[in-house]
Amino acid sequence: MTDVHIVGAGIHPFGRHDDLTGLDQGVFALREALADAAIGWEDVQFAFGGSSAAGNADALLPRLGLTGVQFINVANGCATGGSALLAGYWAIKSGEFDLGIVVGFDKHPRGAFNPEPAAWGLPEWYGETGLMLTTQFFGNKIARYMGLHGITPMTLARVAEKAFENGARTPHSWRKQPVDAATILSAQMVSDPLTKFMFCSPAEGGAALILASERKMRALGLAGPRIRGAAVRTRMEGSFEVFAPSLDIVRGPSPTQIASKAAYEMAGVAPDDIDVAQIQDTESGAEIMHMAENGLCADGAQEAMLRDGETRLGGRLPINTDGGCLACGEPIGASGLRQVYENVQQLRGRAAGRQVETARIGYTQVYGAPGLSAVTILEA
Amino acid sequence: MKPIAEGLFRMTEAGPRLIGGRRKRDGKIVFPLPAGAEAAQFDPVELKDRGTLWSFTVQRFRPKSPPYAGDDDERSFRPFALGYVELPGEVIVETRIETDDFAALRIGQPMALTLQPFGKGGDTVTYAFKPA
Repeated sequence: MTDVHIVGAGIHPFGRHDDLTGLDQGVFALREALADAAIGWEDVQFAFGGSSAAGNADALLPRLGLTGVQFINVANGCATGGSALLAGYWAIKSGEFDLGIVVGFDKHPRGAFNPEPAAWGLPEWYGETGLMLTTQFFGNKIARYMGLHGITPMTLARVAEKAFENGARTPHSWRKQPVDAATILSAQMVSDPLTKFMFCSPAEGGAALILASERKMRALGLAGPRIRGAAVRTRMEGSFEVFAPSLDIVRGPSPTQIASKAAYEMAGVAPDDIDVAQIQDTESGAEIMHMAENGLCADGAQEAMLRDGETRLGGRLPINTDGGCLACGEPIGASGLRQVYENVQQLRGRAAGRQVETARIGYTQVYGAPGLSAVTILEA
Repeated sequence: MKPIAEGLFRMTEAGPRLIGGRRKRDGKIVFPLPAGAEAAQFDPVELKDRGTLWSFTVQRFRPKSPPYAGDDDERSFRPFALGYVELPGEVIVETRIETDDFAALRIGQPMALTLQPFGKGGDTVTYAFKPA
């Protein structure tokens, strides 16, 4: 079976763009990806695209040209982009197609997401009594992890400090002002132990990738990272997810742990082989926990790793080199593809100002509601 | 005294008890007792009123309404603790935590079920746990 390569990548800067729709930003990213690969829209054989809050992804078609292309809308919560990528991977791996595109974009209102109990199959009292906030879930999850594994609030602050430091070096980031750890730590508390600088915000943006079979890539005279592993997994019994009025006493693996394991096995690589990683950092605690859930360190080792700068640019294992969700914000449909875009740039040596030298294996993991995770492993 | 929702808890001679559901197929306990079509899969079960703190956080700003229905406003809102309490051998339940001393909360500390007035004026009550 053929290998699948990413031969083009485009992004619309993340952040707030009052004069642009989400769709505009998706079109921008898609055109940038086409230009990057020097192919035309009419060359594209298939597309998978998704948006969570900015309309049907196939509304892109009239803007690009009605070529009759197979376009499939993808809606898979926070793993929408990752799922589109996986679908594109299979489309080529199967031998059915040679060249296609995956795209994600979004535009969310300001402020935290505002859920309705009924939409989540939950009783009204749960929302009425003030228990239905995503921020509480993150506070609860990291508070337990810190208690069990000896992580301190300073380590949470260091994660955010690193994010803003990297964001300041990244053209597509939103937050470009460095913020020091002391300021982050003493900022307004949102949901203990997490302060306002430790949370990402809903945002806007778009990202697109061109996928090609190895044969097609060569025929077009292109080059690009190979997808060695890709997996999407959902929650199992005993995982801790958002909006849970009760949890099982017998704890189970997280969706990230099983997606990660599947992707490593598929790729035939081990966590030690990873040179650069983009992992879900909805808030500082998520990055800490996901370091371990993705096998990148043991539980509790994050304390020393952050203190010693191991995950900063220039460190042993740079994580979230573009500032992650903390510095880019989180447009749900685009977020997972933004991570892959960043790794593609890193593996092609095009991440000016934040380049991880000699990066060969790149890892991405996007996680979110209602309890699913998507992992990819790329090789330069 | 009026419960914020029917079937959420009941008064017994020994005090209030949360009502969970025991899944008929495998005995797994969940909270709250599922309603609607799902209810047929569960038997109601009175849960223990004592447990240990599994995790906690503090809600520092007034949640958005809807769905929040507290009778406070932005000014009068007072931060409250919430978290999860493990009821031994049963289930871990999410709950408001009745305390003003947030800094004293510790994972593993003993907790006991209580009822507290909640919003909506009058005599509506919801459940909470407090340090025991």
